[in-house]
Amino acid sequence: MTILFKNARLIDPEQGTDAPGWLLVSGGTITQAGTGPVPHSDVVVDCSGKCLAPGIVDIGVKVCEPGERHKESFRTAGLAAAAGGVTTMVTRADTVPAIDTPEVLEFVTRRAGEDSPVRIAPMAALTKGRAGREMVEIGFLLDAGAVAFSDGDTVTTNTKVLSRAFTYARSLDALVIAHPQEPGLSNGASVTSGKFAALKGLPAVSPMAERMGLDRDIALVEMTGVKYHADQITTRRALPALERAKKNGFDVTAGTSIHHLTLNLLDVGDFRTFFKIKPPLRSENDRLAVVEAVASGLIDTISSFHTPQDEESKRLPFEEAASGAVGLETLLPAAMQLYHAEMLSLPQLFRAMAFNPAKRLGLPGGRLSAGAPADLVIFDPDAPFVLNRFEMLSKSKNTPFDGQRMQGRVLQTWVDGAKVFDAKG
Amino acid sequence: MTFRSRHLLGIEPLHPVEITTILDLADEYVGLNRASVKHADALTGLTQINMFFENSTRTQASFELAGMRLGADVMNMQMQASSIKKGETLIDTALTLNAMHPDLLVVRHPHSGAVDLLAQKVNCAVLNAGDGRHEHPTQALLDALTIRRSKGRLHRLNIAICGDIAHSRVARSNILLLGKMENRVRLVGPPTLIPSGAADWGVEVYDNMAKGLEGCDVVMMLRLQKERMDGGFIPSEREYYHRYGLDAEKLAHAKEDAIVMHPGPMNRGVEIDGTIADDINRSVIQEQVEMGVAVRMAAMDLLARNLRAEAA
Repeated sequence: MTILFKNARLIDPEQGTDAPGWLLVSGGTITQAGTGPVPHSDVVVDCSGKCLAPGIVDIGVKVCEPGERHKESFRTAGLAAAAGGVTTMVTRADTVPAIDTPEVLEFVTRRAGEDSPVRIAPMAALTKGRAGREMVEIGFLLDAGAVAFSDGDTVTTNTKVLSRAFTYARSLDALVIAHPQEPGLSNGASVTSGKFAALKGLPAVSPMAERMGLDRDIALVEMTGVKYHADQITTRRALPALERAKKNGFDVTAGTSIHHLTLNLLDVGDFRTFFKIKPPLRSENDRLAVVEAVASGLIDTISSFHTPQDEESKRLPFEEAASGAVGLETLLPAAMQLYHAEMLSLPQLFRAMAFNPAKRLGLPGGRLSAGAPADLVIFDPDAPFVLNRFEMLSKSKNTPFDGQRMQGRVLQTWVDGAKVFDAKG
Repeated sequence: MTFRSRHLLGIEPLHPVEITTILDLADEYVGLNRASVKHADALTGLTQINMFFENSTRTQASFELAGMRLGADVMNMQMQASSIKKGETLIDTALTLNAMHPDLLVVRHPHSGAVDLLAQKVNCAVLNAGDGRHEHPTQALLDALTIRRSKGRLHRLNIAICGDIAHSRVARSNILLLGKMENRVRLVGPPTLIPSGAADWGVEVYDNMAKGLEGCDVVMMLRLQKERMDGGFIPSEREYYHRYGLDAEKLAHAKEDAIVMHPGPMNRGVEIDGTIADDINRSVIQEQVEMGVAVRMAAMDLLARNLRAEAA
């Protein structure tokens, strides 16, 4: 069966173009894109001039299975992803228990296949129990389908253990994703240091801790030759180190979170725990530097770092409250803030949200070119709405954007040539 | 008189006029407290609950006495020993208490922002008796009253706050209050105990005690908490005393009539020399305690007036 998406504004991150055209899909695969006269097809989808882009590949989604299904399940996360234009969730291993054996990974793959309307690309832990003592069975886990190895936001403090894990991962050409942070300095911190943190009397960490963590990791990359991705770069001072590493030809990439691109540390205001994330929100100065780094391509990927937390774990004094925010449904509208502010173009955004993540993980999606899977999102970048967190599909409602005026709505999401979400219901 | 706030959560939301209103009323209560019959009826029929999630003797006693002298029914709850240990969350504790219809809730909590959180969930007036490293508004108000009575004014004074600024809620509230009343505030202490953003607060920062005290009208010492030793903030007590402990030699750099303050409890021989603390010509430390009761009476009286106005 062939499907034609006509009358579309094609956002092609690979070519860097944003132009009117059509897209032809056959048997779940993109076969042709073009402008002008449309080819014949069995089914026609009229995009009415709205944007058609490759579906988002979101690195670092926490689905709370196994262990904390009351916070999020594959079903609710999958529905939220579909509604947010995310066609591949690259899931985190920081579950309870951690995803650190092929057996647990198989459970995850099976559950995802049963319940999620969008694709799952699972990550596995780098060390057993994410405890930083012994590496996981990287070979078996690769065979079982792990796309990357990461202990989430836990930093391996023992550098010897980490260097061995890197060396071993290198021999299998496995991608390691780490959280650059100096753990001694950031221990116990809940906000970024500075005037605001000091006035509020909250334990704080210097933004320099991120650069120190990155410096160490890059030295280990130089030592071992591993494929390395820094999960979140959020500070101006970490950027020169990243730039140097790339110039020196190391296999290093970096991501950042949509929250660090659209919010700053002052948003915490009067101890609002929905704004407590890890690493903490940064200064406006840092935010602008990171946006610029995405524009220049120094930072490769943007993700939601979707982290569901129930009300109980957030309704606590700031220091005690859990970290993290949900983001699957707000990633695209929040990204549109950067587009409307003329800081990033739509092809630049989809390069960071779809093309680069897929490429880095060796996944076939993230493109509009012939042969790519028909994982697509149709969206209206201008449609305004006020976010009501209780209307979200995620089981947990901990979004920092509650009540905010946003622009950008997903109209349809397609995975493997099948429609998985339609805003019209 | 103008005092519009529903709660007393910190100095930050207060307007200078509100601060002056509290201090003026407190001045009147100082008179009452010195009389032989120390009773007024401003809080008659109202229930005051003191909820202390952190150990306190002085502040709790001061609030208790203030409430009783104004005729409130006062109940003390030692929260360290109670349901928190059984796993109840702060919000649930607040809701439980709220169901008992208190009018005034006095709260101390080890975490910054915890009192703000609690105030969102209850119907009564909440007074912050210290939250984490954030604020301790009644301490700043009693310090302000002490300064005003001793110096005759609360503006255009040079005030040095010395010692462990980083961990001190007293310092934060005082910096905010003294700044609002247009004084020149200096912070003096080892750089490890000065918060990293302090230079942006509109204060002057010194790491040398002699220079920091130069020409000061008020020298406010802070308590050095013993547990800071383990954190490696300072090398030893004796070096701290040598460099930052207030003794006659260092005090000589301040103005001749400079007053010495301390929120207590003091570590004699750590941050302050015993003879200075006891020098009735310089030290106003006992007066601070006296002002504490008066300021708390004034604050609760004003909050109760707003409660009654709201109910009417």
